Amino acid sequence: MFSSRTQSVAFKDLYAKQRKIYPRQVHGIYARLRVVSVLLLLGFYYLMPWVTWDGHQAILFDLPARKFHLFSLTLWPQDFILLALLLVFSAVSLFMFTAFAGRLWCGYACPQTVWTETFLWIEHLVEGNRNQRMKLDKKPWGLEKTTKKFIKHFLWITFALFTGYTFVGYFTPIKELWTGMLQLSLGPWEWFWIGLYSLATYGNAGKLREQVCLYMCPYARFQSAMFDKDTLIIAYDNDRGDPRGKRKKDVDPKEKGLGDCIDCNQCVHVCPTGIDIRDGLQYECIACAACVDVCDNVMMQMNYDKGLIRYTSENAEAGSPSPLFRTRTLMYLGLFSLLIGVLVYLIASRIPLDVTVIKDRVTLYSESFDGKIENTFQLKVLNMSQQQQTYDVSVQGLDNITVKGQVKITVDSGEIQTLALRLAVPAESLKKQSNTIYFVIKNVNIDDQTHSIRAKFIGPNK
Amino acid sequence: MNENVNEFWDWWIIVLVVINLVGCLALLYWTRKVKAEDENETTGHIYDGIEEYNNPLPHWWLNLFYITLAFSVVYLVLYPGMGTDYKGTLDWSQEKQHEQEVQTAKEKYQPLFDKYAAIPIEQLAQNKDAIGMGKRIFVNTCFGCHGSDGRGNPGYPDLTDNDWLWGGSAEEIKFSIVNGRTGVMPGFGPMLNADQLDGLVQYVGQLSGHKVDANAAETGKQVFDTQCFVCHGNDGKGNKMFGAPNLTDDIWLYSGSSTNIAKTIKEGRTGVMPAHGEILGDAKAHLVAAYVYSLSNQNESDQ
Repeated sequence: MFSSRTQSVAFKDLYAKQRKIYPRQVHGIYARLRVVSVLLLLGFYYLMPWVTWDGHQAILFDLPARKFHLFSLTLWPQDFILLALLLVFSAVSLFMFTAFAGRLWCGYACPQTVWTETFLWIEHLVEGNRNQRMKLDKKPWGLEKTTKKFIKHFLWITFALFTGYTFVGYFTPIKELWTGMLQLSLGPWEWFWIGLYSLATYGNAGKLREQVCLYMCPYARFQSAMFDKDTLIIAYDNDRGDPRGKRKKDVDPKEKGLGDCIDCNQCVHVCPTGIDIRDGLQYECIACAACVDVCDNVMMQMNYDKGLIRYTSENAEAGSPSPLFRTRTLMYLGLFSLLIGVLVYLIASRIPLDVTVIKDRVTLYSESFDGKIENTFQLKVLNMSQQQQTYDVSVQGLDNITVKGQVKITVDSGEIQTLALRLAVPAESLKKQSNTIYFVIKNVNIDDQTHSIRAKFIGPNK
Repeated sequence: MNENVNEFWDWWIIVLVVINLVGCLALLYWTRKVKAEDENETTGHIYDGIEEYNNPLPHWWLNLFYITLAFSVVYLVLYPGMGTDYKGTLDWSQEKQHEQEVQTAKEKYQPLFDKYAAIPIEQLAQNKDAIGMGKRIFVNTCFGCHGSDGRGNPGYPDLTDNDWLWGGSAEEIKFSIVNGRTGVMPGFGPMLNADQLDGLVQYVGQLSGHKVDANAAETGKQVFDTQCFVCHGNDGKGNKMFGAPNLTDDIWLYSGSSTNIAKTIKEGRTGVMPAHGEILGDAKAHLVAAYVYSLSNQNESDQ
């Protein structure tokens, strides 16, 4: 196959080099909205680990102890169903927002967007605007370029390290992490995760940027399944804009046979993924509306109407009615509300108590000297609440059942205590060999915190 | 498997691994350029009129391939992956990892065991944490006979009632756990006539305060005073030297019904507590002893 490689056949790379994109900074309503969103989200991210609640870190995912602390809620592995539901809920809400407003998530809330925005802001601060940055990159290495690049990367790395540190701070108490970092006394895994997340932040927001959206993000690829002709998209108004052409401000475009697009390419310059929105809807478009902002500014300067590039939908663009509430969105809304309801109900009705009943199996039953049938059970009582609790155990399900052993137990927060109970019933109470009984564990201090567990009481063969 | 076969499979693995790594590298390198005339062509796949472009992959993707290859090489240097003779520079093995984990656990828990082993059992029985450890060992090892609540089963003594066959002092309890006990009640059936047997049953019942036939009990007492007193004592209170039970407290190892008492006297009984010294080791036996001791010697406030 290699013999065919002659001078006459040209070869090109199978792999495309990343084309560096220099997005121009943009001002406008949507840019301001994004700044608000970035400040809120990053503010939450960086400040939340420092908030304490009832004497512990308000949000702490304590993996070694397998406990998730969320304010006054502590979730255990036993609550895994809640996490699963939360993930389902997140997915459905993403679908719903996509059906309503397209890639709202991508443009304003995705961590990739949020951190890239911050890194771009730092880059702009150090290296200047789009033209200055492009010029700087073309320059040979000199004092100015070295200094600027050094400062930029220094700021980026510092910010990335702080991000990595904060991330690990959600899993290890953040204040101890800080002292551990200063004293270099952290374990290898803490260093590893801080390092990895710092690197990921630096790499994703500083280097890879739009590559993440174009090649890595699954959502970018499957969101089209949630789109319909009424989904909010960002589109260039072909009818109004074309034919494009440069013109003086005082020239009437109709006389020259031109549309409203003055072909200034500003929409391309501001695009963080480097596409031309005028080519139509593309999977690369993260719907950040930078082109909307910049085009509106240009239109204002030209004294044209705003909205040559605008939020619209395929139907709206074609002049057809484009209802917000339609079967698709209503169904998502219904599913969304249902899931919220289930989640809220499950959390509200959750009893922070777990009891496991283990029956002695070496001796299935024994006959006591007073003619009663006895079964022995172990109850493992786990207090999942944040306070010490006292529980009362009783047994239901068989007539004249008596309990030998301690039935009142005080369990510290997060502790498991084992109760060994011997149940005795008169032989005549047993109608069958295997009888269903219920251990009822009642919280002495709090009403309505009663847990009932089914167990089997075994007697002689009838 | 003989040596030669072993060696064959060693080389089989080594050659396959090397061919795979080198092959992947060569394939990546040779295919990184394509003919330029392919430009803008589609792959030829059409789905409902939608065509698939043959667009290039990003270049960092190729680097990821190279990184995985480099990772494999580093891995193969560090860990044993190239035949059985090469152990890897980390000299890692499952056995060693297991030993290390056992060692780590020992280092973590041994001081605790040592600390508790040095404390007298009576004192240890007041320590909630030590009792907790003892209880967990008890529930694992002893529950089969004594029940997870320690209340025993017919033939296996209740450990919570402060009634002891072999003595309830801390030392005696620990001795029972470490060395085991064997209690034998011989069968007296052949030596007794029906009246004597019934009399003994009535007398033994009387000792525990059961309502009995007084005349028969008198006959039984005469037999008791000639035979049974040797182990159970003149007053019937038993003897912990032989593990002979106290017959006056209405606590029964094999049931206190007349039928069962008669069966015990006629046929005898043998009770064995196996020695657990070697199974548990001294430190754990010490903790179990403390737990068992605590069952009969609890503070009122702990109840």
